[in-house]
Amino acid sequence: MSSAELDASAMRGAHARGERSVRLTIEDTLARIARIEPTLGALSAVLADSARTRADELDAARANGFEPGALFGVPVVLKANLCQTGVETNCGSRVLAGWRPPYTATVVERLLAAGAVPVAVAHMDEFAMGSSGENSAFGRARNPWDLARTPGGSSSGPAAAVAAGLVPLALGSDTGGSVRQPAALCGIAGFKPSYGRLSRHGLVAFGSSLDQVGPLARSVRDVELALEVLSGFDERDSTSLRAAPVARSARTSLAGLRVGVPQEYFGAGLDARVRATIETALGELEALGARRVPVSLPSTALAIPCYYVLATAEAASNLARFDGVRYGPRVDGDGSLEGMQAATRGAGFGAEVKRRILLGTFVLSHGYAEAWYGKALAVRARLRAEFEAAFAAVELIVSPTAPTLAFRLGEKSADPLSMYLSDALTVPASLAGLPALSVPAGFARDGASELAVGLQLVGPFGADAEVLAAGRLFEGATRHHQRRPALAAS
Amino acid sequence: MSSPSASAATGWNTVIGLEVHCQLATRTKLFCACAAEFGAPPNTRVCPLCLGAPGALPVLNQGAVALALRAALALGCTPDPASRFERKHYFYCDLPKGYQISQFARPLARGGGLELASGKFVRLQRIHMEEDAGKAIHDRGAHTLVDLNRAGVPLIEIVSEADLSGAEEAHEYLTRLKETLQFAGVSECDMERGSLRCDVNVSLHRPGTPWGTRAELKNLNSFKNVVAAIEHERARQRVELEAGRRVRQETRLWDPERAETRTLRSKENEQDYRYFPDPDLPPLVLDAATIARVRAELPELPAARRARWQRDFGLTPYDAGVLSASRALADFFEESARLSQRPKEAANWLANDVAAALAAARLDTPADLHLTPARLAQLIALVADGTLHIGGARSVLKALFTRAATPAELVAELGLAQVRDTAAIDDWCRVAIAANARAAADARAGELKALGALIGPVMKASGGRANPAAVREALLRLLREERA
Repeated sequence: MSSAELDASAMRGAHARGERSVRLTIEDTLARIARIEPTLGALSAVLADSARTRADELDAARANGFEPGALFGVPVVLKANLCQTGVETNCGSRVLAGWRPPYTATVVERLLAAGAVPVAVAHMDEFAMGSSGENSAFGRARNPWDLARTPGGSSSGPAAAVAAGLVPLALGSDTGGSVRQPAALCGIAGFKPSYGRLSRHGLVAFGSSLDQVGPLARSVRDVELALEVLSGFDERDSTSLRAAPVARSARTSLAGLRVGVPQEYFGAGLDARVRATIETALGELEALGARRVPVSLPSTALAIPCYYVLATAEAASNLARFDGVRYGPRVDGDGSLEGMQAATRGAGFGAEVKRRILLGTFVLSHGYAEAWYGKALAVRARLRAEFEAAFAAVELIVSPTAPTLAFRLGEKSADPLSMYLSDALTVPASLAGLPALSVPAGFARDGASELAVGLQLVGPFGADAEVLAAGRLFEGATRHHQRRPALAAS
Repeated sequence: MSSPSASAATGWNTVIGLEVHCQLATRTKLFCACAAEFGAPPNTRVCPLCLGAPGALPVLNQGAVALALRAALALGCTPDPASRFERKHYFYCDLPKGYQISQFARPLARGGGLELASGKFVRLQRIHMEEDAGKAIHDRGAHTLVDLNRAGVPLIEIVSEADLSGAEEAHEYLTRLKETLQFAGVSECDMERGSLRCDVNVSLHRPGTPWGTRAELKNLNSFKNVVAAIEHERARQRVELEAGRRVRQETRLWDPERAETRTLRSKENEQDYRYFPDPDLPPLVLDAATIARVRAELPELPAARRARWQRDFGLTPYDAGVLSASRALADFFEESARLSQRPKEAANWLANDVAAALAAARLDTPADLHLTPARLAQLIALVADGTLHIGGARSVLKALFTRAATPAELVAELGLAQVRDTAAIDDWCRVAIAANARAAADARAGELKALGALIGPVMKASGGRANPAAVREALLRLLREERA
């Protein structure tokens, strides 16, 4: 059986029992990458040598009686904003071209400790700013279901790599939907944990109060496995939750589960095919015993403007460090310090990043901060309160993950506002810090293409395991996650 | 200068407020585990966080919080139960993240203050915590070099109200502030090593009129410079105002070589720091129990010590002041007083002979002279039991500075034990009387000065070991006997 058909837990089992060597899996994976990646364009670097070395080490360790970890021998892909010592971590930006971190992110350390094998670094929108992957300075990933379309973003490469069957598991990051939206557009599972659930130590910051690392996999079952490995308090991140690792929920049925459907998520901007697919999915949930409850989140429309104030304010601050002084390519400019910093930043950042730095600088500037940043904080508090009120009556809130099907590459690049609206349905849970999962809800036709639609499940703060359990039961009943794009079979 | 008469003389009141940055005496930096040490080779006390590496996150050093809180309580401030760290943005090559983590809207503590000798109370506005920047070095060839060892070192900024009215008051305030922080164990307050830094705001106005526009003075790296810069700035502003010109709100740099201030940047060019709460750090919560514990652990502060010494030991205000110049000296004195049970004598030795020796050798504490409280107490005991007279004791003290021996051993070695053999003293006295007939006659006639002329030769004959009081007594007795 080819590694492309195994999920992470099955693969780990085969390695642990000695039925298959890790080296064989890695060779298999590298061969698939060599075959598919030229068409897909998801990866910025393939770590063939280190993956082979590591595979041999793991095989030797097993032979010597070491207890195999929970991801033993599982090949993984990492978004290019997760630090690994010595591995180029460029965040899709020229300003970090060639930068090799002197340290490793906590989530990557935990993957390694569980026996996972990083095989590649994946493309992303520059500094995770974008919803299509097109804002990368190094390469634009394609959607495996239709190569002319976007895989979504900003975790474009990780989502495309998993959907194309290169690896069963990838790590992305989600600030306003950057794991969930590409997961939805690529027909896979993608999870943004409760804020603080996964350590941000070693995740290059975009909007620090929103950023969460998130696993992407072909099954929710694998997401649960990854979360168990990755979660748990990290003293190196002061916003890390003081909680034990998330154990898989024992729930085996959706019977009696109250599922809230917010009317505000089904407004005019929602594509009719997406709406129809989600309606079908809601029917399937009811068939599984869930009770559909209408709920209201009145401030939903304010979420996008609120997000683009807070996230850009934090981004402008977080990106101030890229000044050419200590690392990254330096452009001398007029030779003065200010000239060098301006020239380095001018040449290093792409248009969208510059736009957001300007926005973020403006909303915090003297005389405007209260009207913009202050007001946005108030909106955020209100969104949070509305979610809390809704969760008094329901266990989960469900909606489409993205308002449209995967759009064509280039279709929205000239229209940042319409691009921002791609995140309209994912941003509210980010602002509220809530756990949110996108799981394949079904497929819709657009011309000749079959395109994936994602169902978003949002739970109360801390209810990560419950959200994942509901997603797992839904996917187990619907089996949408077992469909593969033609590219994956090649 | 700062007295009311000075303002009456010039017709101007001076209004001064100070911003003091003080490095907390922690082993490690404010947000990482790198050593906060001075003088290490450049860029050797750095980690990804100090370097502003992408993805590195700050974790608050609780030891620094404890010291900052101690400073706040020692200065009578009210701690905020939930202060907040914010980001202060500006671009410079020694600021690795493009922002400094500081406190702004919710500082660690507010209020409090210090009392000056005049009884004047100088109020504090706030104390907040922040990280230091690195160091840019401009004088090593064509390139600016950056050393980030200092980046992230923990500081507190202590902002006074503009309650000071002259350079002398500013100097006294700084002296009191420094000794309080030192005694509380908050900081070493060493200006030369940059662990204490001071910015000064100065403005002038006519009595009875609103305050004038202030200038902020920077680069004041000694108390002497603070005084000189204030004096210079006062004079400069006075000239401006009396010529009918306005004082501009600006930051001025003190140039110690030319002894003048000059414009660094004007208000129009001031940075917009874009403060906002650092999303990487939760609010700094100080519960009542923590505050109570730190308050209970506060060591006795210098003003309280001086008062106690004067009350319990009968020290003069001058001696108390000398002995509280540093915590090390004060602790040394208290230990010497305890061991000798003679606090007055301990104070005399430390405030006079030891202080002079320290000053001569440019050293800070008696420990630098190899002196210990136990040795000093032993010396005091040898004087008290009559083994040593004061001159001999001084010789022993001098020997103690360079020798590892005990005072008793030195007495024996140097042959300094006092001669108590009255026969020997009488013999020396008789020789002296015989050899100085004129002085002897005058002394007999009641001239006390003449007696001194007889004591000298006796002391000389005894090699300094005769007790001067005993010699005096013997001389008087012998002169009387001769007359009889």
